[in-house]
Amino acid sequence: MKLLVPVKRVLDFNVKVRVKADQSGVDLANLKMSMNPFDEIAVEEAVRLKEKGVATDILAVSIGPMQAQDTLRTAMAMGADRALLIQTDEDLQPLAVAKVLKALVDIEQPDLVILGKQAIDGDNNAVGQMLAALMGRPQATFASKIEVSGGVATVTREVDGGLQTIAVDLPAVITADLRLNEPRFASLPNIMKARKKPLDIKPLAEFGADTAPRLQVTKVSEPETRKAGIKVAGAADLVARLKNEAGVL
Amino acid sequence: MAVLVIADHDGAHLRETTAKTVTAALKIGGDVDVAVLGGSAAVAEAAAKIAGVRKVRHASSDALGHGLVEAEEAAILPLAGEYDAILAPASSAGKNLIPRLAAKLDLAPITDVLAVVDAKTFQRPIYAGNAVETVKTSDAKVLATIRPTVFDAAPQGGSASVEALAAGSAPAFSRFVSQDTASTGRPELGAAKIVVSGGRALGSEEEFKAVLEPLADRLGAAIGASRAAVDAGYAPNDYQVGQTGKVVAPDLYIAIGISGAIQHLAGIKDARVIVAINTDPDAPIFGVADYGLVGDYKTLIPELMAELAKVGR
Repeated sequence: MKLLVPVKRVLDFNVKVRVKADQSGVDLANLKMSMNPFDEIAVEEAVRLKEKGVATDILAVSIGPMQAQDTLRTAMAMGADRALLIQTDEDLQPLAVAKVLKALVDIEQPDLVILGKQAIDGDNNAVGQMLAALMGRPQATFASKIEVSGGVATVTREVDGGLQTIAVDLPAVITADLRLNEPRFASLPNIMKARKKPLDIKPLAEFGADTAPRLQVTKVSEPETRKAGIKVAGAADLVARLKNEAGVL
Repeated sequence: MAVLVIADHDGAHLRETTAKTVTAALKIGGDVDVAVLGGSAAVAEAAAKIAGVRKVRHASSDALGHGLVEAEEAAILPLAGEYDAILAPASSAGKNLIPRLAAKLDLAPITDVLAVVDAKTFQRPIYAGNAVETVKTSDAKVLATIRPTVFDAAPQGGSASVEALAAGSAPAFSRFVSQDTASTGRPELGAAKIVVSGGRALGSEEEFKAVLEPLADRLGAAIGASRAAVDAGYAPNDYQVGQTGKVVAPDLYIAIGISGAIQHLAGIKDARVIVAINTDPDAPIFGVADYGLVGDYKTLIPELMAELAKVGR
């Protein structure tokens, strides 16, 4: 069984986000970039499916600049078998990403696509759903547990108020939520091995997808922030203030 | 102009997030209809009572009752031509459906909308709420999820008609297996007026329950947790409050033993009043709290319980 795992290179989650003074975007210059944490969970799940003998071939793909090769090497150090960089310096919007991935799915014919539920930069939470729609196949979003057997994935999903389990026929698209697994750290020997695994680079144009942006970002601004209030003397003071000052009791 | 709002419900009750999404729809402008997918007749009737709604379109089937997204797609897609915008609350169901519909219609979805600037321009959070982008769409139609906590609910008082909507036929490649909905007898986290929330400082699942449950029961509150507490196994995952969990906006949010990671703060910043109880006076949570109480929750929570009892809570 073949798995496709799309991964995105994003600003590392530990780096403090700064909005550019001219409000044109977020400052990314010379800052640490890493694999989107939700995609890391997706890679881990794919590798576990391979370790269980369910999957045989894991292809990691990234759409982005040449530097995204690092992200793909990380995926291979974790256990992906091969990688493809679809090279572009444009920042593609989710619909465009889904179209490019659909074109790749048509070529590679994976049984299952696993990816993060959202990237922590744009926070769109859209590509998995859109790819499933373009493929005309089922989707299982926000997965916290995946079992695959007999051409069916049984997926437990994190939904409002609890958990829902659904069964989807393959091929399907699954998006990984936070608690699906805890991704492994790539060991040094595996990082060395990953250097020898195949990493293909193809230009975006080769996939023939319409990647024109539909959304124009007119401004990026700092969010409104709350101001610190006061320290209260004790429980009695707190309750009195909540009742009389804030009026919430 | 016409806008379709996809209702959020639990099968038996309409969630308030629907009326909040109607408010966003009215800001876009035009006639506002509500689609109720699955759910009882009472859900559709509740939607018809929201002021400003023109009509309610109610579709039912087993698959819709289980919230299977492929069935929802089949019910809504044939209506798309009638509307200039299709909105859903940014609930787990709305987040699941809207991008799928958008791709089918070759449209770019706009997710987690914080503000409607005009019919084509919206604000939404990026980088876990650390920045806000304003986006203008060039598409003919808007498909968006709305963050309900930042919109007021449209008032009651409407008397819209309820029409049957064909469920459509979806391929059978997706099937419902089971639903595990925790029934706590407490209000839903996303809709509660008061939320008490615990962090890693509580140290164990037993302690988490022993501290938070009596306080929540006394206040009629929902219980939340920080991501650290959930990851440590002190609380179930659907308790998680934050940008990657549940975004809440209660009248009163009480954070106990929560230091205040950025992604947690992003999920509570629209609360009316935030109370923080923490031993560390420099914890980031105090930077956003209206009232801070520095000290050990082990002594402060029993004192708080006693004081609440004195004022009849």
